[in-house]
Amino acid sequence: MGPVTAGLLQLLALIGALALVHIPLGTYMARVYSSKRHLRVEKWIYEGIGADPDTGMRWPAYLRGVLAFSLAGVLFLYALQRLQGVLPGSLGFASIDPDQAFNTAVSFVTNTNWQSYYGEQAMGHVVQTAGLAVQNFVSAAVGMAVAVALVRGFARSRTGELGNFWADLVRGVVRVLVPLAAVGAVVLVACGVIQNFSGIHEVGQFTGGTQEWNGGAVASQEAIKELGTNGGGYFNANSAHPFENPTPFSNLFEIFLILLIPFSVTRTFGLMVGSVKQGYAILATMATIWLGFVALMMWTEFSHHGPAYELANGAMEGKEVRFGIGGSSIFAVSTTLTSTGAVDSFHSSFTGLGGGITMLGMMLGEIAPGGVGSGLYGMLIMAVIAVFVAGLMVGRTPEYLGKKIGTREIKLAALYILVTPALVLVFTAVAMALPTPANSMTNSGAHGFSEVLYAYASASNNNGSAFAGLNADTQWFNTTLGIVMLLGRFVPMAFVLALAGSLAEQRPVPVTAGTLRTEKPLFTGLLVGAILIITGLTYFPALALGPLAEGLAA
Amino acid sequence: MSTGTQKQDPMSTPTLAPRQDAPTGHKAPEGRVGAGLFDPAQLVKSLPDAFRKLDLRVMVKSPVMFVVLVGSVLTTVFSFKDPGDWLGWTISAWLWLTVLFANLAEAVAEGRGKAQADTLRKAKTDSAARKADGTVIPGTELEVGDLVVCEAGDVIPGDGDVVEGVASIDESAITGESAPVIRESGGDRSAVTGGTRVLSDRIVIRITTKPGETFIDRMINLVEGAARQKTPNEIALNILLASLTIAFLLAVATLPPFADYAGSELGMVVLVALLVCLIPTTIGALLSAIGIAGMDRLVQSNVLAMSGRAVEAAGDVSTLLLDKTGTITLGNRRAAAFVPVRGTTEAEVADVAQLSSLADETPEGRSIVVLAKEKYGLRERQQGELVGAEWIAFTAQTRMSGVDVDGRKVRKGAAGSVIAWVEERGGQVPGDAGTVANRISEAGGTPLLVAVEDTDGARVLGVIHLKDVVKDGMRERFQELRRMGIKTIMITGDNPLTAKAIADEAGVDDFLAEATPEDKMALIKREQAGGKLVAMTGDGTNDAPALAQADVGVAMNTGTSAAKEAGNMVDLDSNPTKLIEIVEIGKQLLITRGALTTFSIANDVAKYFAIIPALFAAVYPSLDKLNIMNLSSPDSAILSAVIFNALIIIALVPLSLKGVRYRPVSADRMLRRNLGIYGLGGLVAPFIGIKLIDLLLSLIPGIG
Repeated sequence: MGPVTAGLLQLLALIGALALVHIPLGTYMARVYSSKRHLRVEKWIYEGIGADPDTGMRWPAYLRGVLAFSLAGVLFLYALQRLQGVLPGSLGFASIDPDQAFNTAVSFVTNTNWQSYYGEQAMGHVVQTAGLAVQNFVSAAVGMAVAVALVRGFARSRTGELGNFWADLVRGVVRVLVPLAAVGAVVLVACGVIQNFSGIHEVGQFTGGTQEWNGGAVASQEAIKELGTNGGGYFNANSAHPFENPTPFSNLFEIFLILLIPFSVTRTFGLMVGSVKQGYAILATMATIWLGFVALMMWTEFSHHGPAYELANGAMEGKEVRFGIGGSSIFAVSTTLTSTGAVDSFHSSFTGLGGGITMLGMMLGEIAPGGVGSGLYGMLIMAVIAVFVAGLMVGRTPEYLGKKIGTREIKLAALYILVTPALVLVFTAVAMALPTPANSMTNSGAHGFSEVLYAYASASNNNGSAFAGLNADTQWFNTTLGIVMLLGRFVPMAFVLALAGSLAEQRPVPVTAGTLRTEKPLFTGLLVGAILIITGLTYFPALALGPLAEGLAA
Repeated sequence: MSTGTQKQDPMSTPTLAPRQDAPTGHKAPEGRVGAGLFDPAQLVKSLPDAFRKLDLRVMVKSPVMFVVLVGSVLTTVFSFKDPGDWLGWTISAWLWLTVLFANLAEAVAEGRGKAQADTLRKAKTDSAARKADGTVIPGTELEVGDLVVCEAGDVIPGDGDVVEGVASIDESAITGESAPVIRESGGDRSAVTGGTRVLSDRIVIRITTKPGETFIDRMINLVEGAARQKTPNEIALNILLASLTIAFLLAVATLPPFADYAGSELGMVVLVALLVCLIPTTIGALLSAIGIAGMDRLVQSNVLAMSGRAVEAAGDVSTLLLDKTGTITLGNRRAAAFVPVRGTTEAEVADVAQLSSLADETPEGRSIVVLAKEKYGLRERQQGELVGAEWIAFTAQTRMSGVDVDGRKVRKGAAGSVIAWVEERGGQVPGDAGTVANRISEAGGTPLLVAVEDTDGARVLGVIHLKDVVKDGMRERFQELRRMGIKTIMITGDNPLTAKAIADEAGVDDFLAEATPEDKMALIKREQAGGKLVAMTGDGTNDAPALAQADVGVAMNTGTSAAKEAGNMVDLDSNPTKLIEIVEIGKQLLITRGALTTFSIANDVAKYFAIIPALFAAVYPSLDKLNIMNLSSPDSAILSAVIFNALIIIALVPLSLKGVRYRPVSADRMLRRNLGIYGLGGLVAPFIGIKLIDLLLSLIPGIG
């Protein structure tokens, strides 16, 4: 079996597995977020935090909940890292510097998981398990809560209430993420991923000399790292590390975990708005882009010519032999089209065009299928924009899911789509214009520029993957990347919740033969086109000077 | 093209006129530009206006074109700094042209209303008003509530209601219809409009509108576009366009540091050129022209919309309330069949029915004569032909008409009257006459009995079936509406049985029988509660609340001032069927907006492929692979894109004024068609256009 066939078979297996769980998981999540009942453990939590899970919140209250909870998370994580040196169970690692501690705290709370540190050389068990792993769960649950609030905005009418943030947050963790992560961790342990609290081992190398390895609760963190589209690895090598991702099967399983919730939540959406077909249309849009990107990536990675590539049977630099080009391509596309940012290979070493595909995936706003929750709300915002532009062509003022897209709605959607391009382009431009940031580049020319562009694209869109090569542990990068992660996460969320509030107040417009059918393939095609043209084209000049210049040269 | 011209106009035959005083036909009066026409000469004529619009205070209202204006100024300034750079000068010139073309589009759209406004102004002479107490004051000093007297030859000084007298009035100044109309005190025909002329008799008018706010003033403002405010959807679209402009502004503004690093220095001129090509200038330039043209298309079909919001709402309407009489059916009942009773023949009934109806001048009576002629070939006999005949005319009291001639008495009339007449003469009413009459009633018709008294005695010969006749083509129109997702509800004062029969025949979706104004109001509220937008027509004072409640309320020009005040549109032709056209015009306006937006955005792809390789192929030769159009030189590529960007505006002016072709089909088919033309077309067209311009430019020495 050739590597191409292997890659295709892995792809087929992945699609089959995702299709299999789509209906049960999507339905289950819809029930979780619609249920009136509270589990006992949830009641304890509500009592503990002093929240009433049954009060409906209007969008400002919901947003305040999101911001307050996230701020607390940042402060706690910052303090934990700053105090690591005096905490027990820290493997003797020192406290983290302020700028890096800020960067890391923000990074994990915003579901970005950008890492400017080497996990195995900086973070002890306490920070990893009590700090980073906890945020892996809750930051994902926050994203899901905001998405559910937007879906309720579409589903509800003549009310300003979007549900209760604390209930949505707690349920996301208790009923969705924890059980799924537990199953995922067991499977990963079975694959050979480590799970212990052992200390640092000195291991002899084949070539002589020694190397230090430490153990840790890796499998449990790995499961939620992928499932919650977090991406922050226990080890610096992330999912390329054999302790995190030992076999081709574990590799495929991790991709499955990454895509599991983002794809399944489209059914949750369909059920909650009362039309499963609308969910399928969104799913089809996500799947079309994802599959298209996988196909392009496999094409550029497999077909690349040149003596070095031919000797290695393809573009193997930076890729693990055990995953091959196929497995690495699927992983790279899936991690950048979601907000995961875990890597099983080095995106910097992909072909020029391949690197461009990973960047474009993030720049589209990570909506195909996107991060847990954030992918759905990002995609729905694009649907609103597409409906607005093309919906007029059926001779009615635009409406989506029975809600009119008027001045206020389009204002919020337009602001949403401006945030990340503004962050990526402005910060990259400033970094390129200043004398010092450029010192962090390892490469020169177009590739060097790609390193910086990639970093800001990744941070602004809360992806967290790195192009590798860029030394991001500088004050400049720790600080600015931290800022763009914060803005890139919470400013769009504010617009989403405001939009949800304004939609929820509307009276629904009944569907007639004159209504734009947003559940049809035609609309899916339109939406794909709108995403590629409206968001993609903003980045075309920047991409041309980075990956395109490099990729077309070969 | 106008939506109205594609269809058979149900008002085109005089018999279809719903009311005696309503002008028939809605031919555009002279001096108006027919919808669907676009004369390139208008472009030249409007050029001065286009220059006049180069005003910062005006331009800032369109964010996209404002950016182009600022860009033009910038490139011009930079060209002055480097006067030897021919490219800078050429690009500056084309950017100025882009701005000018946008203004031109708007000026042309406005120009079409100007001619009409001038005609209206002529009507609005500041006439003197003779008050009822004998004093004469200028028309401009009238106050609401003043009573004024108008006699033959006077121009009515202001809007008001006739409180005394009856007069024939020439309303051609506003309706374009030369036939005079009757206005009288009381009832639903009392409203008069300032600027119209009294042709005969004397009336006293109570002024209802302040000078300066009269119907004719509002009309002038409307057709001139002076009172034009942006509609909600237009504002929303402007916001989206502004945000796209900002996004591309970011993309271009951040480019210099990237390019510097790559070793390429970008001049201000090319940056501005890139920016202008990327921002949605096509739709930005044409947006307001599309709006003005949409209102204009309404004016062409003799409808005045008091707000642009109403035109947009018309596109969204999902329920149409249509009055039965005059809209769905012809105004009057007509004879549909002659039914014989036992012992007689149809021809016999027809003959007697015709004879007895010759003296009946009511529309029903005329229709009997017409049916006898059409169906049985009975020539219409003139009353003078029958020597010694004694004619009995139809009156509301006797409810019968007929003739006594040659010892034979024939009568036709309401069942009760005819039965009484026969029984009075000792005649018999056959049992099946009652059966037939009942059957006709149950089917929603009205039975008239035909009787004769001769040597054989008095007896009933048969029954005439009178029924409401549904206008030609209504069924098809309702089917079209259904395909468009619009529900039609027929409103009638008839009993449910009759209403159902007509509703079935006309093919409406639902009906409201024995409707009172309150019922109508309740129905509108019920539909609106379900999120539907409702359109209706009305003319009476008791229609006013419902007209105000409806999302699109079209008042008939013949109606009362209360109705005209309450509605948000006025139909000068007073043709209730116009509602359907109004909906189509609303839809066409929205479609045109969406189509050009899609086209504009799709254009960007090709422009990138022209400009990016031109800018950077020098530092990264690999990027020349993006030059898939194989443009002759970097300068020519940038210039071609800029020129295409400017010319496409002018090329699309006719489309934005005429509106995108509209056919009543389902949303699905409409989207497929428009996406194909304007989406895919928008992707492909600039590739071809830019290449062609480049070919031409490459012929100029020094560029290619």
